[in-house]
Amino acid sequence: MEETEVVTGEMDYGNTRRASIFTQLTFIIPAFVLAVLVFIAIFAPAVAPHPPNKMSLTKRLQPPAFVMGGSRAHILGTDKLGRDILSRAIYGARVSISVSLLVILITSSCGTILGITAGYLGGRVDGLIMRITDVSLCFPALLLAMLLAVSIGPSFLTVVLSMSILGWAPYARLIRGETLKLREADFVAQARIIGSSALRIMVRHIFPNIINPLIIMMTLSVGMLILTESTLSYLGFGIPPPTPSWGSMVSDGRSLIDRAWWISFFPGIAIGLVVLSGNFLGDWLRDKLDPRLRQI
Amino acid sequence: MNKIILQVEDLRTYFFTRKGVVKAVEGVSFHVNEGETFGIVGESGCGKTVTGLSILRLLPEPAGRIVGGKIVLDGTNLLALSKKEMRAFRGRMVSMILQDPMTSLNPVYTIGNQIAESVRLHQNIPDNKVREEVISALRLLKIPAPEMRLRDYPFQMSGGMRQRVVGAIAMSCHPRLLIADEPTTALDATIQAQYIALFKEVQKTTGVAIIFITHDFGVVANMCHRVAVMYSGKIVETAKTREIFEAPKHPYTSALIESVPRLDRKDERLYSIEGQPPSLLNLPPGCRFFPRCDYAMEICGEKEPAEVEIGKDHFVSCWNVS
Repeated sequence: MEETEVVTGEMDYGNTRRASIFTQLTFIIPAFVLAVLVFIAIFAPAVAPHPPNKMSLTKRLQPPAFVMGGSRAHILGTDKLGRDILSRAIYGARVSISVSLLVILITSSCGTILGITAGYLGGRVDGLIMRITDVSLCFPALLLAMLLAVSIGPSFLTVVLSMSILGWAPYARLIRGETLKLREADFVAQARIIGSSALRIMVRHIFPNIINPLIIMMTLSVGMLILTESTLSYLGFGIPPPTPSWGSMVSDGRSLIDRAWWISFFPGIAIGLVVLSGNFLGDWLRDKLDPRLRQI
Repeated sequence: MNKIILQVEDLRTYFFTRKGVVKAVEGVSFHVNEGETFGIVGESGCGKTVTGLSILRLLPEPAGRIVGGKIVLDGTNLLALSKKEMRAFRGRMVSMILQDPMTSLNPVYTIGNQIAESVRLHQNIPDNKVREEVISALRLLKIPAPEMRLRDYPFQMSGGMRQRVVGAIAMSCHPRLLIADEPTTALDATIQAQYIALFKEVQKTTGVAIIFITHDFGVVANMCHRVAVMYSGKIVETAKTREIFEAPKHPYTSALIESVPRLDRKDERLYSIEGQPPSLLNLPPGCRFFPRCDYAMEICGEKEPAEVEIGKDHFVSCWNVS
């Protein structure tokens, strides 16, 4: 009897240790990937081997260095204008990351403020905000982006604006739902009993309890935003060329995918890495923020 | 001991719903003395909780509204206060304990943090003093090792412990009146007894007046000095606890007491009151208990009985008595 107990004890110990190493890895790897990406985005001029827009028609469509016919000068090959893929991907990180971070920041804060206000105050305020949200949700984002690009002209700010102007709506929806649930919670009633004001309850009692879904939504939207940004670029309403962005690089290589796969492949990998890292990091953060899963 | 701290007069709280007006509380009057425990008993939906919430003016708006009456707490008519003034009153003058300890604490803050919030809201004192206040509140509710427990999250505590923390939050600003809305219902029997003993002690040390809302006659007998029995939005009988048990005058009160299981009477079917309380949307004329009353007379179905004082502090609304 005693022996079995000892064995189970050891097994439990092993399991928790393995689990903790795994959870640590799910933080370390994505955090590392994102840190590296942000680093090279910031120091792009120092890191990139070539200027991103330097064309060389004699070196068109060179394959990566590790494929037959590739050269050391262009580790990831060149595109149809002879521009270095690696350098363009490095510079492209700047655009993709800054656009998506800015849009996430704008949309999530607007959506959260509107969602909590609508959910907590209810009544007419709720009706008004949610009708605007419904309209925003059913309006095609690309159409609006095109309209903006045509009327203001394509630029970095236009892209951010056109992605933010409708992007807050899903946040408002989600946050309102969570708020409705929490509004009826006893601890909110308790807060009112001790004399808290509506603003105080929204900021101090409701907001911290909706951080988890908020963070999950934010990290999930990283991938969506990078894809939207690339769609805009592809259609010519994004960051105007020749400034590289991952999205426009993928679209550039689309027609040559059978002959020069590397043009689309490497920026595609970059997009995938960012999306995955974002999701893993979001997961890890959620675990950390949940006091029930927190280690004492 | 006999100074009145809370006087409720002819309180009317209605809920305006799509189906019509629900008269949840209809002309309730009572008073609570300083340092006294006043019980409000009745079955589900009789308006006990709504009465409690009305005193705090925390009805679910915009459906629920106090349409008439007076609530005077320590000389101030609460119904005449602005929203902001009322907020300053909550917590400091009057506080409340809710039924379910599992959900009345915010899961993302430590309990120390949550008690401190209430202290900071009403008392402008430096941080190290706040900590002292928090610890003394935890001590008042007999939470062991308060300095350590401060840093605990609600999920790390048992139900009984959490309900004590809720009590500590309610008592942290030394209110004059505490409304306890079935605070023991979610606890098991032994913890219930502990909690009640604890509250008697809290009352002795602080002199707080308590309104104890419950449907448990055992708790009433144990805890309350005076009791009001409510039936579908009205108080049918108010008396000293002893008198309620020994000589209930209203047929509803005696029927209620009759339906409590007793250890000294075996082999008998437990008494129960036939039928259902009337819908608050569609009240019968006359006495509200008339359809279920064993002693109903003709007049009961025609006119509502007035409240009569039949002894010291003993009020009854029944045609049989007047």
